[in-house]
Amino acid sequence: MAKKLPKTDIVLAGVGWTGGIIAAELTKKGYKVVGLERGKERKTEDYLMVHDELRYQQRNEMMQDLSKETLTVRHDRSKRALPYRQHGSFLIGDGVGGSGEHWNGLTYRFFPYDFEIYSKTVERYGKDKIPADMPLQDWGITYNELVPYFEKFEAMAGISGETNPHPEVPEVKYPTVPLKETPSMKMFKEASKNLGYHPYIAPAATLSESYTNPDGISRAACQYCGFCERFGCEYGAKASPVVTVLPVAKETGNFEVRTHCVVRKVLHTNGKATGVLYVDTRTGEEYIQEADVVVVSAYALNNIRILLNSQLGSPYNPESGTGVIGKNYAYQMTSAASTGFFKEKEFNLYAGTGSLAGVIDDFNGDNFDHTDMNFLHGGNIALGHYGKRPISNNSVPKGTPTWGKEFKDESIYWANRNLSVGSQGSVMPNKENYIDLDPTYKDQFGDPLLRMTFNYKENERNQQKYIRNITTKILEEMGADIINSPGDQGDWDTTKYQTTHNTGGVIMGADPKTSALNNYLQMWDCENVFVPGASAFPHNSGMNPTGTVGALAYRAAEGIEKYLKSGGSLV
Amino acid sequence: MTEQEKKAPYLDKRSSRRTFIKNSGLTVGGVVLGGALGTLLGKDSTTQTHETGVHSTATAVNFNQALMYFDKAQFDTIDAAAEQIFPKSDVGPGAKELLVTYYIDHQLAGSWGLNSKEYMSAPFYPAEATSLFGHQTHLNRQQIFNLGIEALNSEAAKKYKAKFSEITEEEQVAILQAFEAGEVTLNGAVTSTYFFTLLKSATIEGAYADPLYGGNKDMAGWKMKNFPGHQMSYANIIEKDEFVKIEPTSLNSQHNH
Repeated sequence: MAKKLPKTDIVLAGVGWTGGIIAAELTKKGYKVVGLERGKERKTEDYLMVHDELRYQQRNEMMQDLSKETLTVRHDRSKRALPYRQHGSFLIGDGVGGSGEHWNGLTYRFFPYDFEIYSKTVERYGKDKIPADMPLQDWGITYNELVPYFEKFEAMAGISGETNPHPEVPEVKYPTVPLKETPSMKMFKEASKNLGYHPYIAPAATLSESYTNPDGISRAACQYCGFCERFGCEYGAKASPVVTVLPVAKETGNFEVRTHCVVRKVLHTNGKATGVLYVDTRTGEEYIQEADVVVVSAYALNNIRILLNSQLGSPYNPESGTGVIGKNYAYQMTSAASTGFFKEKEFNLYAGTGSLAGVIDDFNGDNFDHTDMNFLHGGNIALGHYGKRPISNNSVPKGTPTWGKEFKDESIYWANRNLSVGSQGSVMPNKENYIDLDPTYKDQFGDPLLRMTFNYKENERNQQKYIRNITTKILEEMGADIINSPGDQGDWDTTKYQTTHNTGGVIMGADPKTSALNNYLQMWDCENVFVPGASAFPHNSGMNPTGTVGALAYRAAEGIEKYLKSGGSLV
Repeated sequence: MTEQEKKAPYLDKRSSRRTFIKNSGLTVGGVVLGGALGTLLGKDSTTQTHETGVHSTATAVNFNQALMYFDKAQFDTIDAAAEQIFPKSDVGPGAKELLVTYYIDHQLAGSWGLNSKEYMSAPFYPAEATSLFGHQTHLNRQQIFNLGIEALNSEAAKKYKAKFSEITEEEQVAILQAFEAGEVTLNGAVTSTYFFTLLKSATIEGAYADPLYGGNKDMAGWKMKNFPGHQMSYANIIEKDEFVKIEPTSLNSQHNH
């Protein structure tokens, strides 16, 4: 029998970026917040031994222990889903700070086009441009409405950047100057300009200079140590919940974090949540934490799982296209990357930081005319200088053996002589890409695992063909001696790391029939449950999602306060 | 001047520490942050000078060179196979000299060998899983290595009437190629390709992981690749046009002695 704990104002299922932002904003206003975090406590001192590629990159030190809980995966409904037994295609973080600890820090704003993608596509190209199996939807909010929330997130994190020069992209003024530019980024910039594109330095959460944010939080400048994505930052230079919003929440005295506590479900009666059921995994004991507002603030995929296991909202049915929980699962595509080999130049590739990149958005969103394209949207194209580490950096020209003497000598020769121009390809929703509960496999408590049914569809495969030519063209213009150009996008490979930008499943919108949340991230079906995170995205854009996740979390924080004051549905 | 400063030509030697403190904004107030950074700076001038076990003389004993998991015959088999995957060449040492097999042995003895942080619940369907779905066998890595080693030796016995470690390099390569291509049968639960992929990635890890794991002897893997290992900052070289070669340091230099 679960032990009932005294009621609080707000309970969070997960203490990462979204939980942390909501905790900071609402504890400042005097509300009591309890944060339940499945993983461990985290602090900057944990990262004194962080420059360890094996432990953090190969063995995924900061990621979820899959022996306790994972999901199952398959390409389509006709197949049996198999467990995602090891980390591969994406990496789900855990511990205080969540994925906000191990992220790279690239902090974009999705485009105005993204938030009104259905309307704007129909307006420019007509209804027939949208394939019948693509449930493209507006987000129920516009870019202009979101601007103040983007600004809050960027000011809190101290984003370093410069204005995107593309004429279709709105101007942004960042709180700190751009990061330093490497020789390879300069080559990318010059080549892109020669080709008529609009290069700029990516907006970064790894600080270019020391910065004090509006909450009075001061952080140090990035040292370009080259251990960023999949790693924590020993300098606190990379914005993360642990060095920004969580200390602010704690300072108020209104915030309590309980670590090693796994939320199993949201408890609800008559369309209202009463609290959450969770297990303290150190004692094995079950608790009920009652609250006026429940915030499901875990990783995007875990948000879907908590709702499905709680029987909250109507599950999506791919047959009929009805229901919303699990609908519009989307991802991104990284297979359009080309790698160039430079005989005459050696670059300091061991140096870098997670968000150091030159970027163009000329082939992203609707920044280029799609009239003659056989796909919608696109992707950014970037040359990143993230820090290359020796176990994972073994790029060799095509045709080189993958082991043996020739491989060894070639991989060592090219180690500091190769540059990649990559792309984050957007993924549009498809009625056959969705999430539900697996009928067979269970987690540590006997609750069903999620089942992910996903594959790259025609739209994405066509997009990849188009973008890969551009990544190759840029490397040619940069003077690469040898270029590895990618082949076609194949079926989704669950084992090879692509990106941890899993989106959708609990999407926002203007219509309760086709979305789970209104534009305050409040559930249509349960007014005191808010579900921030990338799970709210009706589709995935061609850039990193955290800037948009952060903005929406500030929006949700405002909604929660409104709800606590006046109650009811906010829209 | 510390050893670290001597080794770091990219730092302005006289002002490196001051510049570093200034850049990192430690003097600014606010909520307490950068605790780890403070510790790093505090230790900077003392711990960086120690690199125990690395500058040892030729006669010093490496206590790490002992076995946790393999028996001697298994060790010899993997030592020979790893050397073919990452051989000694003009560029530098191969798997044997880098102590890669000790690395693999030590990894197999722990959580990696037992797949302890991976989902290992039944049912398993190894036959219907394509390689796009990764590990779908009930076997853990210890068991897969046992089967793989057995098969390497039985192939060698069948084709060349000797142990895998005793046949010629060309013969070893031929057998490994057959493993990679999935032409050798291990059992119904795992393919030779899967074993080969595990062995190959473990070999690369052993060549380049921090020496604290038992391979990458004397950071020779890093030296070949011009990888500097664990360093405090590249803020002063990130914009440099020319390649800056830095003597590597390992995490050993970061730890208290």
